[in-house]
Amino acid sequence: MSDTALPVRHGAANKPGHGALANLRGIWREANWIQRLALLIAAILLIIAIFAPLVAPHEPTAQSLIFRLRPPIGFDRFRDGYLLGTDELGRDVLARCLYGLQLTLALATMGACIGLVLGGGLGLVSGILGGLVDDVIMGAVDAQIAIPFTLIALLMLAVFGSSLEVMVLVLGVYGWEQYARIVRGEVRKLMQMPFIEAARAAGASGGRIAFRHILPNIVSPLVVQFTLNISNIVLLESTLSFLGIGVQPPTATLGSMVGIGRDYMPTAPWIVIAPAIMILLVTFAVQILGDWLRDRVDVRLRNR
Amino acid sequence: MSDLLSVKNLHVAFGSNEAVSDLSFDVPARRTLALVGESGSGKSATALSILRLIEREGGTITGGSIMLNDGDGTVDITALDEQGLQRLRGNRISMVFQEPMTSLNPVLTIGDQMSEVFIRHRNMTKREAYDASRQALDSVRIPEAARRVEQYPHELSGGLRQRVMIAMALACRPKLLIADEPSTALDVTTQAEILDLLRDLQAEIGMAVLFITHDMGVVAEIADRVVVLRHGRKVEDANVETLFAAPKAAYSRQLMAATPKLGSGSPAAPPPRGNILEVSGMTTRFKMRGRMFSGHGATVDAVKNVSLVLGKGETLGLVGESGCGKSTLARSVLRLIEPASGTIALDGNDVTNLGREGLRGLRRHAQMVFQDPYASLNPRLAVHELVTEPARIHNLVSSCDQRELAAELVRSVGLEEDVIDRFAHQFSGGQRQRLCIARAMSVKPKLIVADEPVSALDVSIARQVTDLMLELQQREQVSFLFISHDIAVVERVSQRIAVMYAGEIVETGPAQSILNDPRHPYTRQLLASVPRPDPARRRRLGHANPAAPSAPVPRAGTVLFEAAPGHFVREDAA
Repeated sequence: MSDTALPVRHGAANKPGHGALANLRGIWREANWIQRLALLIAAILLIIAIFAPLVAPHEPTAQSLIFRLRPPIGFDRFRDGYLLGTDELGRDVLARCLYGLQLTLALATMGACIGLVLGGGLGLVSGILGGLVDDVIMGAVDAQIAIPFTLIALLMLAVFGSSLEVMVLVLGVYGWEQYARIVRGEVRKLMQMPFIEAARAAGASGGRIAFRHILPNIVSPLVVQFTLNISNIVLLESTLSFLGIGVQPPTATLGSMVGIGRDYMPTAPWIVIAPAIMILLVTFAVQILGDWLRDRVDVRLRNR
Repeated sequence: MSDLLSVKNLHVAFGSNEAVSDLSFDVPARRTLALVGESGSGKSATALSILRLIEREGGTITGGSIMLNDGDGTVDITALDEQGLQRLRGNRISMVFQEPMTSLNPVLTIGDQMSEVFIRHRNMTKREAYDASRQALDSVRIPEAARRVEQYPHELSGGLRQRVMIAMALACRPKLLIADEPSTALDVTTQAEILDLLRDLQAEIGMAVLFITHDMGVVAEIADRVVVLRHGRKVEDANVETLFAAPKAAYSRQLMAATPKLGSGSPAAPPPRGNILEVSGMTTRFKMRGRMFSGHGATVDAVKNVSLVLGKGETLGLVGESGCGKSTLARSVLRLIEPASGTIALDGNDVTNLGREGLRGLRRHAQMVFQDPYASLNPRLAVHELVTEPARIHNLVSSCDQRELAAELVRSVGLEEDVIDRFAHQFSGGQRQRLCIARAMSVKPKLIVADEPVSALDVSIARQVTDLMLELQQREQVSFLFISHDIAVVERVSQRIAVMYAGEIVETGPAQSILNDPRHPYTRQLLASVPRPDPARRRRLGHANPAAPSAPVPRAGTVLFEAAPGHFVREDAA
């Protein structure tokens, strides 16, 4: 009749004194094949995005009207040096994909981070304070949901002009209401938990409760939302490009390449296919790694 | 006498974990068999296996047979198909569950839910089924049965809901009733009523009862035969008198020793050294949610004009049933809920009107331990962060000494030092409650308010935790305000007891004086309802009917009257 301990598994994550390299090796070991694939893809995408200027065989904006609409390697009329073919202005699709990837990743990451901080912060405040503050913030959320975001984006870009900074801002605002709703819901649930009351009884301040007790417990849904948000932002950016209010040509983003290449789908599908595959890979890697990250940050699921 | 149900060599497994191994027992017709064991002993798995509900919970019966012989022929339940099971369940065997609050569908009326049973098993029309439901409610002594069929579950109290569950289970006059901890979630007075009711109905219907419980007191009250389970194995199978007179298995003896018994004595009073806590005239008020256009909502006084004192190094046990305001009182004392009026003094300092900074000081000296050890520890923090948190909030420890302090704290509550890098989910309930106590002790408080600290734990673990609290009190001279619905547990730890009823303290005084000479009718009722772990002294109050609130709801503002030295009771009852 002893108060027996539950079995405790000691795992790599619990042991201190690991080097970064050993840590990486540990991560690799415990990943399954699909996570390893996602890791590999993510690593490759990151490297070619960061080193796009070195990797790209041509300038992304260099036109060569003689070699317009040339197909990728392995097809008829393939032109040496243009691995993935050329677009309607004779620009190298590969180079544009690489630069586009760079810009898209940067935009999506910044946008998702802004949304996270903005929406998450408002949701946290809303959930903890409640009352009038809660009503106002949730009212804004409802309004945001009711109005199509494309409309808001159009308005913002029309008023502020479509510079890259405004674009980041627009993408950042996108999705904030989802963060806010998720965070508020989780916070309100957590506020009812005895361990929050225990913290209050111990004398903890509001800030301590928010950052030490609540935030770590809402990381999981936030990570999931973040990954979804990144994929959505990539798509939104392509929508805006398609409408002609996104990042302005000739600057390449993956979304704008798909949007503009659409016109040439029947005759030159590679213009669309190459960036579309890139988008696919980005979202795939982000989603898989996001799920995995969510499981890893949850101490209850660790070492299982 | 033939056996109604024979379980032979039953094996039940959840994945690769064997929950029940090689269990055999028989339930004689018209008798009550109690399956006793602590959490994880496999008693619920056994019950669910008999109805073959175990598959739904992810378990499988991996061996053995369950034979039902109720006169309509013998069937092996383990071999039945889904159709056969549906004819069996609710008809020949039915079950009452532990949690009356969640076992009823909240969006259907009582009548709708009950008539379903009749329509299904008795092929009645809707109208007939409603009439039958009304009669069934009558038969479980529910007052105003005609009105109840129109009501929704939330309109009934826990005791009434459990009666509805019993009425539904007995609707088809089953030969076997499986009762899985049917009274555990109820107040002790309600529990006594439900146990009496079950006994009466058993005689009326002539059914056998398989009663599952962890409480040896309840076993002594209701069982004819007892099977003691531990880790899925049978450790003892005996008649109830034999078991209580001379338990054979060591585990049965341990279990009985750990069961709190009324009248087993209280700790000696510490030398008087002044009071740590003085509360006078405290009232805590809740606003009811107002209706949309009615302006201000009504208010409810959860705690009414309560005064109490707690000496240094002393434990005051606060007893009362659920909803009597004892948890609100505890939180008001620590000002986690703001009292509406009255004064609170901690160690001679008035803390009633302290501002934010002052409150931090209060919490440096008064800590709290909560009921649910699973939910009161932040799942994301390692133990060394958890138990030292109050100390860090009050800057009593630097971050480099934190691990040392944590090690010292976990040692002082009887855990190994190397647990400090683990997380809460890696501990059992009792260990978690130890961690909660360690956390409270980290600031060396003068007062710990413990709100039902052992209610969620098995009896043996509860015993260890109360022993730990007594030991800490001896060593550190800390005072406890110990809140519980279980007066036997309260007796074990408290020098003085306060009985709370409907938001007021109706009787308070030295523990033994209260227990041996209860003055207030509610205290008497409470003491009479406590199940005694002694089958020879079965309480028979004949109150299978729900008690009308037998104790008068106290009028506000009555003062306490000294009935014996230090023993106060409300004037209207004296």
